[in-house]
Amino acid sequence: MKLYEKTAADLGRLFQKKEVSAVEVVRSFLDRIEKVEPYLKAFITHTPAMALETANEIDNRRMSGEELHPLAGVPIAIKDNMCTEGLRTTCASRILENFIPPYDAAVVGALKRVGMPLLGKTNMDEFAMGSSTENSAFFTTRNPWDRERVPGGSSGGSAVVVSAGMAPLALGSDTGGSIRQPASFCGLIGLRPTYGRVSRYGLIAFASSLDQIGPFSLTALDGALLMNIIAGYDPLDSTSLPESVPDYPLGLEEDVKKLRIGIIRQNVSKDFDPEVTAAVMKLVSILEENGAEIDEVSLPLTDYGLGAYYLIAPAEASSNLGRYDGVRYGHNAGGDDIESMFSRTRGEGFGPEVKRRIMIGTYALSAGYFDAFYLQAMKVRTLIRRDYAIAFNRFDLLVGATTPTPAFKIGEKTDDPLQMYLSDICNITDALAGLPSLSVPSGLHSNGLPMGTQLTAPAFQEGLLFKVANFLEQKRDPLPRWPRVELPEGGLQ
Amino acid sequence: MAIDFAEEVDHVAHLARLTLDWEEKVRMAEQLSKILETARRVQELDTTGIEPTAHVITLPAVLREDLTRPSLPLNRVLQNAPTRQKDFFRVPSITAVKQVEE
Repeated sequence: MKLYEKTAADLGRLFQKKEVSAVEVVRSFLDRIEKVEPYLKAFITHTPAMALETANEIDNRRMSGEELHPLAGVPIAIKDNMCTEGLRTTCASRILENFIPPYDAAVVGALKRVGMPLLGKTNMDEFAMGSSTENSAFFTTRNPWDRERVPGGSSGGSAVVVSAGMAPLALGSDTGGSIRQPASFCGLIGLRPTYGRVSRYGLIAFASSLDQIGPFSLTALDGALLMNIIAGYDPLDSTSLPESVPDYPLGLEEDVKKLRIGIIRQNVSKDFDPEVTAAVMKLVSILEENGAEIDEVSLPLTDYGLGAYYLIAPAEASSNLGRYDGVRYGHNAGGDDIESMFSRTRGEGFGPEVKRRIMIGTYALSAGYFDAFYLQAMKVRTLIRRDYAIAFNRFDLLVGATTPTPAFKIGEKTDDPLQMYLSDICNITDALAGLPSLSVPSGLHSNGLPMGTQLTAPAFQEGLLFKVANFLEQKRDPLPRWPRVELPEGGLQ
Repeated sequence: MAIDFAEEVDHVAHLARLTLDWEEKVRMAEQLSKILETARRVQELDTTGIEPTAHVITLPAVLREDLTRPSLPLNRVLQNAPTRQKDFFRVPSITAVKQVEE
């Protein structure tokens, strides 16, 4: 087994037994990146020198007998909307193409303190707006399971990096499905934590009441280990929650007896690909055979959730993206007076989807429409939260498909924004309710593509999500660890 | 009932300080009509007496001691400035009166 095929936990164990050095591990991933990245294009910026420098420092400290974090020396990639001091952070937008942050995001600081070498910044939909990574201003990332298909989005680059063995771990961000949907499309564990669990300081804002950073991993244990590093209170994020952080890997091995699980009727819809639904039911039956209590639950507001989301998120975006005016950073198109400079800068700097969302949001917030659109959407959000609160009186955990279909073809939905938005239909209502939600691989479709099952828990129950995901990993039919990336010259890698 | 967004596009683009070319405006009007048609379904629900949720967590206002702490050095603050003059961000005139076409 090559080093780049190992999980983060396994690499950590090898480090502690001093069987391998961090430099060797980083080199293995860099070689892998060199081989497959030209065909997948998951990174916007590569940082091999930085990664080797960190790895070297960690090796020296470990050699000198210093007690280090188990993941010290385990490399990682991060989505290019998290600020990295002195390292270009683009949000996959022309408007930030040359932006060099003067400080680190809180999560980046946390990774650096542990000593995780950074392999690079990953591609995404511009400003995290999209479901396929096709909205990147730079290039489209390809799904390693089928290069003609999208990896999902908006955190598509981070999903591909882990899926193709270019890094054992990655960070993404999820506003309305942007971690869980690509995790499902690429066959990974992807967690959207409880809103307020992970600091958003230094995460470039899209919709502030929804954005959360979370991990992509090959296993539940790896995701839990990474959450231990990034979760926690941060005084620099005023929506960060003070609740203490549990040790997530602890209790991972517990069974699922007496766990009350509700199947969300709307998320195993007969309109979905029947294989996707069958795979969800297969996992549910495993839980039932092992003592979980299963019943159905209806969340009838799911259809309205999409409408509420596509008013609330764009409204917040239109406000947050007001800062891109060509004055303090980013692209500047010039102009004779300040207003024409603002408008030209933004007209040139933003791509089509970002412009659409700014327009929807500005419209929903404008005089005469505020009450009917934005205010009404916020009230519907209250109703959705109430629905979940009622469901969690009866159940410990809710399940359904992560996405209605496996990964779709590149270009398939680019002309129809509404169809693109519908690919996140299962991921939106729990995001509006601020709940933690995780996608776990549920098997391969007959077309060879991964499918995902989504688990949603009450606030702060990330540990339960990891436990159930870990249980399913042990009990379900084994999946191929990752795709064999087909290279154009023929042959598999 | 379809929402005709064509009339609104110019107005909203101005509010958003967004220059759009003619083609973008045509496409925007068509796509936004469809999207808003779906979004307006939220109006079908009766929300009488329901409080809006702006944020899922109801934290009291977070207060801290009003202490002086080090800020970023000026050079780092200005390092991304597209146009800079000494220690300032440089912008075009903000007092120039623009001819408004009626």
